[in-house]
Amino acid sequence: MENIAWMAWTLPTAIFFVMLALTLGVMTWLGIAYPEAERVGILRIPTTRGDRLFISLVLAAVIHLLWIAFAGTDPLLTLPIGEGVEISSLWLATLISLVSAVAIFRTV
Amino acid sequence: MDKTINQKAWFLVLPVFAVVAFSAILPLMTVVNYSMQDTFGNNQFFWNGVGWFKELLDPSTDLGGRFLASLGRNLLFSAIILAIEVPLGIVVALSMPREGWTVAVCLVILALPLLIPWNVVGTIWQIFGRPDIGLLGYTLNTLGIDYNYVSNEFDAWATVIVMDVWHWTSLVALLCYAGLKSIPDAYYQAAQIDGASRWAVFKAIQLPKMNRVLLIAVLLRFMDSFMIYTEPFVVTGGGPGNSTTFVSIELVKIALGQFDLGKAAALSLVYNLIILIVCWVFYTVMTNAGVERPAKKGGA
Repeated sequence: MENIAWMAWTLPTAIFFVMLALTLGVMTWLGIAYPEAERVGILRIPTTRGDRLFISLVLAAVIHLLWIAFAGTDPLLTLPIGEGVEISSLWLATLISLVSAVAIFRTV
Repeated sequence: MDKTINQKAWFLVLPVFAVVAFSAILPLMTVVNYSMQDTFGNNQFFWNGVGWFKELLDPSTDLGGRFLASLGRNLLFSAIILAIEVPLGIVVALSMPREGWTVAVCLVILALPLLIPWNVVGTIWQIFGRPDIGLLGYTLNTLGIDYNYVSNEFDAWATVIVMDVWHWTSLVALLCYAGLKSIPDAYYQAAQIDGASRWAVFKAIQLPKMNRVLLIAVLLRFMDSFMIYTEPFVVTGGGPGNSTTFVSIELVKIALGQFDLGKAAALSLVYNLIILIVCWVFYTVMTNAGVERPAKKGGA
Protein backbone atom coordinates (compact mmCIF):
# COMPACT_ATOMS: atom_id res chain seq x y z
CA MET A 1 0.00 0.00 0.00
CA GLU A 2 2.95 2.32 0.69
CA ASN A 3 3.87 2.27 -2.99
CA ILE A 4 0.52 3.50 -4.21
CA ALA A 5 -0.10 6.03 -1.46
CA TRP A 6 0.58 8.80 -3.99
CA MET A 7 -2.41 7.62 -6.00
CA ALA A 8 -4.69 8.53 -3.10
CA TRP A 9 -7.25 5.80 -3.65
CA THR A 10 -10.64 6.10 -2.02
CA LEU A 11 -13.45 3.58 -1.88
CA PRO A 12 -15.89 5.55 -4.12
CA THR A 13 -13.31 6.20 -6.86
CA ALA A 14 -12.17 2.58 -6.65
CA ILE A 15 -15.77 1.40 -7.07
CA PHE A 16 -16.11 3.79 -10.02
CA PHE A 17 -13.06 2.39 -11.78
CA VAL A 18 -13.94 -1.21 -11.01
CA MET A 19 -17.36 -0.66 -12.58
CA LEU A 20 -15.72 1.01 -15.58
CA ALA A 21 -13.36 -1.94 -15.96
CA LEU A 22 -16.26 -4.38 -15.62
CA THR A 23 -18.18 -2.49 -18.31
CA LEU A 24 -15.19 -2.69 -20.66
CA GLY A 25 -14.83 -6.39 -19.83
CA VAL A 26 -18.49 -7.04 -20.60
CA MET A 27 -18.19 -5.08 -23.85
CA THR A 28 -15.17 -7.16 -24.85
CA TRP A 29 -17.01 -10.38 -24.06
CA LEU A 30 -20.06 -9.14 -26.00
CA GLY A 31 -17.81 -8.27 -28.93
CA ILE A 32 -16.42 -11.82 -29.02
CA ALA A 33 -19.64 -13.70 -28.20
CA TYR A 34 -22.02 -11.64 -30.33
CA PRO A 35 -20.09 -9.91 -33.13
CA GLU A 36 -22.05 -7.02 -34.62
CA ALA A 37 -21.96 -4.79 -37.65
CA GLU A 38 -21.90 -1.00 -37.66
CA ARG A 39 -25.23 0.68 -38.07
CA VAL A 40 -26.36 4.21 -38.86
CA GLY A 41 -28.71 5.81 -36.33
CA ILE A 42 -30.17 9.24 -35.69
CA LEU A 43 -26.75 10.91 -35.68
CA ARG A 44 -26.32 9.63 -39.25
CA ILE A 45 -22.90 8.22 -38.45
CA PRO A 46 -22.00 4.52 -38.36
CA THR A 47 -21.64 3.39 -34.76
CA THR A 48 -20.72 0.17 -33.02
CA ARG A 49 -21.59 -0.82 -29.46
CA GLY A 50 -18.28 0.66 -28.31
CA ASP A 51 -19.05 4.00 -29.99
CA ARG A 52 -22.43 4.10 -28.33
CA LEU A 53 -20.86 3.30 -24.94
CA PHE A 54 -18.34 6.10 -25.48
CA ILE A 55 -21.07 8.60 -26.35
CA SER A 56 -23.10 7.50 -23.32
CA LEU A 57 -20.15 7.90 -20.95
CA VAL A 58 -19.19 11.33 -22.28
CA LEU A 59 -22.81 12.43 -22.11
CA ALA A 60 -23.06 11.09 -18.55
CA ALA A 61 -20.05 13.20 -17.55
CA VAL A 62 -21.62 16.29 -19.15
CA ILE A 63 -24.98 15.64 -17.49
CA HIS A 64 -23.35 15.28 -14.05
CA LEU A 65 -21.33 18.47 -14.50
CA LEU A 66 -24.38 20.42 -15.68
CA TRP A 67 -26.33 19.07 -12.73
CA ILE A 68 -23.61 20.18 -10.29
CA ALA A 69 -23.48 23.60 -11.95
CA PHE A 70 -27.21 24.31 -12.14
CA ALA A 71 -29.08 22.00 -9.76
CA GLY A 72 -26.51 21.66 -6.99
CA THR A 73 -25.92 18.65 -4.78
CA ASP A 74 -28.28 19.25 -1.88
CA PRO A 75 -29.35 16.11 -0.05
CA LEU A 76 -32.48 14.66 -1.59
CA LEU A 77 -33.50 12.57 1.40
CA THR A 78 -31.95 10.95 4.42
CA LEU A 79 -32.08 7.21 4.84
CA PRO A 80 -32.68 6.12 8.43
CA ILE A 81 -29.55 3.99 8.62
CA GLY A 82 -27.23 4.55 11.53
CA GLU A 83 -26.80 8.30 11.89
CA GLY A 84 -28.73 8.80 8.67
CA VAL A 85 -27.28 8.35 5.20
CA GLU A 86 -27.84 11.38 3.00
CA ILE A 87 -28.68 10.75 -0.62
CA SER A 88 -27.33 13.55 -2.81
CA SER A 89 -29.57 14.90 -5.54
CA LEU A 90 -26.65 14.17 -7.87
CA TRP A 91 -28.03 10.63 -8.08
CA LEU A 92 -30.86 12.10 -10.14
CA ALA A 93 -28.21 13.06 -12.71
CA THR A 94 -26.98 9.48 -12.61
CA LEU A 95 -30.53 8.32 -13.24
CA ILE A 96 -30.88 10.71 -16.19
CA SER A 97 -27.54 9.46 -17.52
CA LEU A 98 -28.70 5.85 -17.35
CA VAL A 99 -31.93 6.67 -19.16
CA SER A 100 -30.04 8.60 -21.81
CA ALA A 101 -27.57 5.73 -22.17
CA VAL A 102 -30.45 3.35 -22.85
CA ALA A 103 -31.82 5.81 -25.41
CA ILE A 104 -28.41 6.14 -27.06
CA PHE A 105 -27.92 2.37 -27.27
CA ARG A 106 -31.32 2.01 -28.92
CA THR A 107 -31.37 4.93 -31.34
CA VAL A 108 -27.87 6.21 -32.14
CA MET B 1 -11.01 -20.52 -49.03
CA ASP B 2 -11.52 -20.15 -45.31
CA LYS B 3 -9.51 -17.61 -43.38
CA THR B 4 -8.00 -18.84 -40.15
CA ILE B 5 -9.15 -16.68 -37.31
CA ASN B 6 -6.40 -16.21 -34.78
CA GLN B 7 -6.62 -13.54 -32.15
CA LYS B 8 -3.26 -14.31 -30.55
CA ALA B 9 -1.71 -11.35 -32.34
CA TRP B 10 -3.44 -9.17 -29.75
CA PHE B 11 -0.80 -10.28 -27.24
CA LEU B 12 1.74 -8.36 -29.32
CA VAL B 13 -0.05 -5.20 -28.22
CA LEU B 14 0.68 -5.96 -24.56
CA PRO B 15 3.93 -3.95 -24.33
CA VAL B 16 2.17 -0.87 -25.69
CA PHE B 17 -0.69 -1.45 -23.29
CA ALA B 18 1.74 -1.61 -20.38
CA VAL B 19 3.45 1.61 -21.45
CA VAL B 20 0.15 3.41 -21.90
CA ALA B 21 -1.05 2.11 -18.53
CA PHE B 22 1.94 3.63 -16.78
CA SER B 23 2.11 6.84 -18.78
CA ALA B 24 -1.58 7.64 -19.20
CA ILE B 25 -4.10 5.40 -17.46
CA LEU B 26 -2.58 5.33 -13.97
CA PRO B 27 -1.91 9.11 -13.93
CA LEU B 28 -5.45 9.76 -15.17
CA MET B 29 -6.90 7.54 -12.43
CA THR B 30 -4.77 9.43 -9.93
CA VAL B 31 -6.14 12.74 -11.22
CA VAL B 32 -9.67 11.40 -10.71
CA ASN B 33 -8.73 10.39 -7.16
CA TYR B 34 -7.20 13.80 -6.45
CA SER B 35 -10.25 15.62 -7.82
CA MET B 36 -12.37 14.12 -5.04
CA GLN B 37 -9.98 14.99 -2.20
CA ASP B 38 -8.03 17.77 -0.56
CA THR B 39 -4.42 17.47 0.47
CA PHE B 40 -1.91 19.46 2.47
CA GLY B 41 0.99 17.38 1.21
CA ASN B 42 2.74 14.41 2.80
CA ASN B 43 0.34 12.05 1.00
CA GLN B 44 -2.46 12.88 3.42
CA PHE B 45 -5.79 13.21 1.69
CA PHE B 46 -9.21 14.26 2.90
CA TRP B 47 -12.45 13.32 1.18
CA ASN B 48 -14.16 16.28 -0.47
CA GLY B 49 -16.70 14.58 -2.76
CA VAL B 50 -17.72 16.73 -5.70
CA GLY B 51 -16.82 19.88 -3.76
CA TRP B 52 -14.09 20.99 -6.16
CA PHE B 53 -16.37 20.51 -9.15
CA LYS B 54 -19.05 22.55 -7.40
CA GLU B 55 -16.55 25.33 -6.81
CA LEU B 56 -15.16 25.04 -10.32
CA LEU B 57 -18.54 25.49 -11.98
CA ASP B 58 -19.69 28.30 -9.68
CA PRO B 59 -18.52 31.68 -11.05
CA SER B 60 -18.90 33.36 -7.65
CA THR B 61 -16.02 31.36 -6.11
CA ASP B 62 -12.34 32.12 -6.69
CA LEU B 63 -11.67 28.86 -8.54
CA GLY B 64 -14.84 29.03 -10.64
CA GLY B 65 -14.27 32.67 -11.50
CA ARG B 66 -10.73 32.00 -12.62
CA PHE B 67 -11.68 28.89 -14.60
CA LEU B 68 -14.61 30.48 -16.42
CA ALA B 69 -12.66 33.68 -17.08
CA SER B 70 -9.71 31.79 -18.55
CA LEU B 71 -12.08 29.58 -20.53
CA GLY B 72 -13.74 32.70 -21.94
CA ARG B 73 -10.37 34.22 -22.80
CA ASN B 74 -9.30 30.98 -24.44
CA LEU B 75 -12.45 30.77 -26.58
CA LEU B 76 -12.06 34.44 -27.57
CA PHE B 77 -8.43 33.79 -28.47
CA SER B 78 -9.36 30.75 -30.58
CA ALA B 79 -12.14 32.70 -32.31
CA ILE B 80 -9.84 35.62 -33.15
CA ILE B 81 -6.97 33.55 -34.50
CA LEU B 82 -9.39 31.42 -36.56
CA ALA B 83 -11.01 34.55 -37.98
CA ILE B 84 -7.59 35.82 -39.04
CA GLU B 85 -5.69 32.66 -39.97
CA VAL B 86 -8.32 30.95 -42.11
CA PRO B 87 -9.07 33.83 -44.56
CA LEU B 88 -5.39 34.82 -44.58
CA GLY B 89 -4.34 31.23 -45.26
CA ILE B 90 -6.79 31.03 -48.16
CA VAL B 91 -5.48 34.30 -49.63
CA VAL B 92 -1.88 33.11 -49.29
CA ALA B 93 -2.73 29.78 -50.92
CA LEU B 94 -4.57 31.51 -53.78
CA SER B 95 -1.66 33.82 -54.49
CA MET B 96 0.93 31.04 -54.54
CA PRO B 97 2.28 30.02 -57.95
CA ARG B 98 0.80 26.84 -59.40
CA GLU B 99 3.95 25.65 -61.18
CA GLY B 100 7.60 26.41 -61.76
CA TRP B 101 10.57 26.67 -59.43
CA THR B 102 8.88 29.34 -57.29
CA VAL B 103 6.53 26.68 -55.89
CA ALA B 104 9.38 25.01 -54.02
CA VAL B 105 10.62 28.36 -52.71
CA CYS B 106 7.16 29.30 -51.44
CA LEU B 107 6.63 25.92 -49.79
CA VAL B 108 9.97 26.05 -47.97
CA ILE B 109 9.40 29.60 -46.76
CA LEU B 110 5.88 28.76 -45.59
CA ALA B 111 7.06 25.63 -43.81
CA LEU B 112 9.76 27.45 -41.84
CA PRO B 113 7.61 28.81 -38.97
CA LEU B 114 5.98 25.40 -38.55
CA LEU B 115 9.37 23.82 -37.85
CA ILE B 116 10.25 26.13 -34.96
CA PRO B 117 9.48 24.78 -31.46
CA TRP B 118 6.85 26.61 -29.46
CA ASN B 119 9.15 27.92 -26.76
CA VAL B 120 11.58 29.25 -29.37
CA VAL B 121 8.71 31.05 -31.13
CA GLY B 122 7.77 32.51 -27.75
CA THR B 123 11.33 33.63 -27.06
CA ILE B 124 11.67 35.15 -30.54
CA TRP B 125 8.56 37.28 -30.03
CA GLN B 126 9.36 38.04 -26.44
CA ILE B 127 12.59 39.69 -27.55
CA PHE B 128 11.17 41.01 -30.85
CA GLY B 129 8.48 42.93 -28.98
CA ARG B 130 10.58 44.42 -26.20
CA PRO B 131 10.48 48.24 -26.27
CA ASP B 132 14.13 48.58 -25.26
CA ILE B 133 16.00 46.08 -27.44
CA GLY B 134 13.36 44.39 -29.64
CA LEU B 135 13.12 45.43 -33.28
CA LEU B 136 9.29 45.53 -33.28
CA GLY B 137 8.84 47.18 -29.90
CA TYR B 138 11.59 49.74 -30.45
CA THR B 139 10.36 50.65 -33.95
CA LEU B 140 6.74 51.04 -32.83
CA ASN B 141 7.73 53.25 -29.93
CA THR B 142 10.03 55.33 -32.14
CA LEU B 143 7.11 55.83 -34.53
CA GLY B 144 5.19 57.30 -31.62
CA ILE B 145 2.95 54.30 -30.92
CA ASP B 146 2.97 53.53 -27.22
CA TYR B 147 3.53 49.80 -27.31
CA ASN B 148 4.46 47.71 -24.29
CA TYR B 149 3.19 44.14 -24.01
CA VAL B 150 4.34 43.88 -20.41
CA SER B 151 2.04 46.58 -19.04
CA ASN B 152 -0.75 47.03 -21.60
CA GLU B 153 -3.42 44.36 -21.93
CA PHE B 154 -4.31 45.23 -25.52
CA ASP B 155 -0.65 45.14 -26.57
CA ALA B 156 -0.19 41.77 -24.85
CA TRP B 157 -3.19 40.30 -26.68
CA ALA B 158 -2.07 41.80 -29.99
CA THR B 159 1.41 40.31 -29.53
CA VAL B 160 0.13 36.85 -28.66
CA ILE B 161 -2.34 36.87 -31.57
CA VAL B 162 0.16 38.17 -34.13
CA MET B 163 2.62 35.56 -32.90
CA ASP B 164 0.10 32.77 -33.37
CA VAL B 165 -0.83 34.09 -36.81
CA TRP B 166 2.85 34.23 -37.73
CA HIS B 167 3.40 30.70 -36.45
CA TRP B 168 0.36 28.91 -37.82
CA THR B 169 -1.09 30.68 -40.87
CA SER B 170 1.36 28.62 -42.94
CA LEU B 171 -0.41 25.46 -41.87
CA VAL B 172 -3.75 26.72 -43.15
CA ALA B 173 -2.10 28.03 -46.33
CA LEU B 174 -0.33 24.72 -47.02
CA LEU B 175 -3.50 22.71 -46.45
CA CYS B 176 -5.50 25.03 -48.73
CA TYR B 177 -2.76 24.90 -51.34
CA ALA B 178 -2.96 21.10 -51.33
CA GLY B 179 -6.72 21.42 -51.84
CA LEU B 180 -6.27 23.88 -54.69
CA LYS B 181 -3.68 21.69 -56.42
CA SER B 182 -6.17 18.86 -56.59
CA ILE B 183 -8.56 20.85 -58.82
CA PRO B 184 -8.21 19.65 -62.43
CA ASP B 185 -7.44 22.31 -65.06
CA ALA B 186 -10.67 21.40 -66.87
CA TYR B 187 -12.67 23.28 -64.21
CA TYR B 188 -10.74 26.49 -64.85
CA GLN B 189 -11.04 26.07 -68.63
CA ALA B 190 -14.78 25.60 -68.34
CA ALA B 191 -15.00 28.70 -66.14
CA GLN B 192 -12.99 30.66 -68.69
CA ILE B 193 -15.31 29.60 -71.50
CA ASP B 194 -18.29 30.67 -69.41
CA GLY B 195 -16.61 34.01 -68.81
CA ALA B 196 -16.69 33.58 -65.04
CA SER B 197 -15.19 36.37 -62.94
CA ARG B 198 -12.31 35.72 -60.52
CA TRP B 199 -14.78 35.86 -57.60
CA ALA B 200 -17.16 33.41 -59.29
CA VAL B 201 -14.29 30.98 -59.87
CA PHE B 202 -13.36 31.22 -56.20
CA LYS B 203 -16.92 30.81 -54.97
CA ALA B 204 -18.06 28.05 -57.31
CA ILE B 205 -14.89 26.03 -57.87
CA GLN B 206 -12.08 26.71 -55.44
CA LEU B 207 -13.98 27.11 -52.16
CA PRO B 208 -16.12 23.96 -52.56
CA LYS B 209 -13.02 21.98 -53.52
CA MET B 210 -11.18 23.26 -50.44
CA ASN B 211 -14.05 22.34 -48.11
CA ARG B 212 -12.47 19.27 -46.58
CA VAL B 213 -8.99 20.67 -46.08
CA LEU B 214 -10.50 23.82 -44.60
CA LEU B 215 -12.42 21.70 -42.12
CA ILE B 216 -9.20 19.96 -41.11
CA ALA B 217 -7.43 23.33 -40.83
CA VAL B 218 -10.17 24.89 -38.68
CA LEU B 219 -10.38 21.94 -36.31
CA LEU B 220 -6.60 21.56 -36.01
CA ARG B 221 -6.16 25.25 -35.31
CA PHE B 222 -9.03 25.26 -32.83
CA MET B 223 -7.61 22.34 -30.87
CA ASP B 224 -4.10 23.76 -30.87
CA SER B 225 -5.17 27.23 -29.80
CA PHE B 226 -7.51 25.85 -27.16
CA MET B 227 -4.63 23.93 -25.59
CA ILE B 228 -2.06 26.70 -26.08
CA TYR B 229 0.41 27.07 -23.24
CA THR B 230 4.05 27.62 -24.13
CA GLU B 231 3.90 30.62 -26.45
CA PRO B 232 1.83 33.02 -24.31
CA PHE B 233 3.55 31.72 -21.19
CA VAL B 234 6.99 32.55 -22.57
CA VAL B 235 5.94 35.94 -23.95
CA THR B 236 3.61 37.37 -21.30
CA GLY B 237 3.58 34.79 -18.51
CA GLY B 238 -0.20 35.18 -18.55
CA GLY B 239 -0.08 38.90 -17.79
CA PRO B 240 -0.44 41.80 -17.47
CA GLY B 241 -2.63 40.81 -14.54
CA ASN B 242 -4.48 37.77 -15.80
CA SER B 243 -5.29 39.18 -19.21
CA THR B 244 -3.53 36.48 -21.27
CA THR B 245 -3.93 33.62 -18.79
CA PHE B 246 -5.47 30.83 -20.83
CA VAL B 247 -6.91 27.64 -19.35
CA SER B 248 -3.69 25.61 -19.46
CA ILE B 249 -1.71 28.45 -17.86
CA GLU B 250 -4.34 28.75 -15.12
CA LEU B 251 -4.17 25.00 -14.61
CA VAL B 252 -0.40 25.02 -14.13
CA LYS B 253 -0.67 27.98 -11.75
CA ILE B 254 -3.17 26.11 -9.58
CA ALA B 255 -1.43 22.75 -9.73
CA LEU B 256 2.22 23.72 -9.46
CA GLY B 257 2.05 27.31 -8.19
CA GLN B 258 -0.44 26.88 -5.38
CA PHE B 259 -0.10 23.08 -5.19
CA ASP B 260 -3.90 22.77 -4.94
CA LEU B 261 -3.99 19.26 -6.36
CA GLY B 262 -7.72 18.77 -5.83
CA LYS B 263 -8.75 21.99 -7.58
CA ALA B 264 -6.27 21.43 -10.38
CA ALA B 265 -7.45 17.85 -10.84
CA ALA B 266 -11.09 18.92 -11.10
CA LEU B 267 -10.16 21.66 -13.56
CA SER B 268 -8.06 19.35 -15.71
CA LEU B 269 -10.83 16.75 -15.84
CA VAL B 270 -13.36 19.29 -17.11
CA TYR B 271 -10.76 20.70 -19.52
CA ASN B 272 -10.01 17.17 -20.66
CA LEU B 273 -13.70 16.47 -21.18
CA ILE B 274 -14.10 19.55 -23.40
CA ILE B 275 -11.08 18.53 -25.47
CA LEU B 276 -12.27 14.92 -25.64
CA ILE B 277 -15.66 16.03 -26.99
CA VAL B 278 -14.11 18.35 -29.58
CA CYS B 279 -11.67 15.59 -30.61
CA TRP B 280 -14.51 13.13 -31.01
CA VAL B 281 -16.51 15.58 -33.13
CA PHE B 282 -13.34 16.29 -35.14
CA TYR B 283 -12.66 12.60 -35.71
CA THR B 284 -16.29 11.76 -36.53
CA VAL B 285 -16.66 14.63 -38.97
CA MET B 286 -13.32 13.85 -40.60
CA THR B 287 -14.00 10.18 -41.10
CA ASN B 288 -17.56 10.75 -42.30
CA ALA B 289 -17.13 13.90 -44.38
CA GLY B 290 -17.93 13.36 -48.02
CA VAL B 291 -19.29 9.86 -47.44
CA GLU B 292 -22.58 9.75 -49.27
CA ARG B 293 -25.14 7.52 -47.64
CA PRO B 294 -28.47 6.71 -49.13
CA ALA B 295 -31.18 8.32 -47.03
CA LYS B 296 -32.90 5.76 -44.88
CA LYS B 297 -36.47 5.09 -45.61
CA GLY B 298 -38.72 4.42 -42.63
CA GLY B 299 -37.48 4.12 -39.05
CA ALA B 300 -33.99 3.21 -37.94
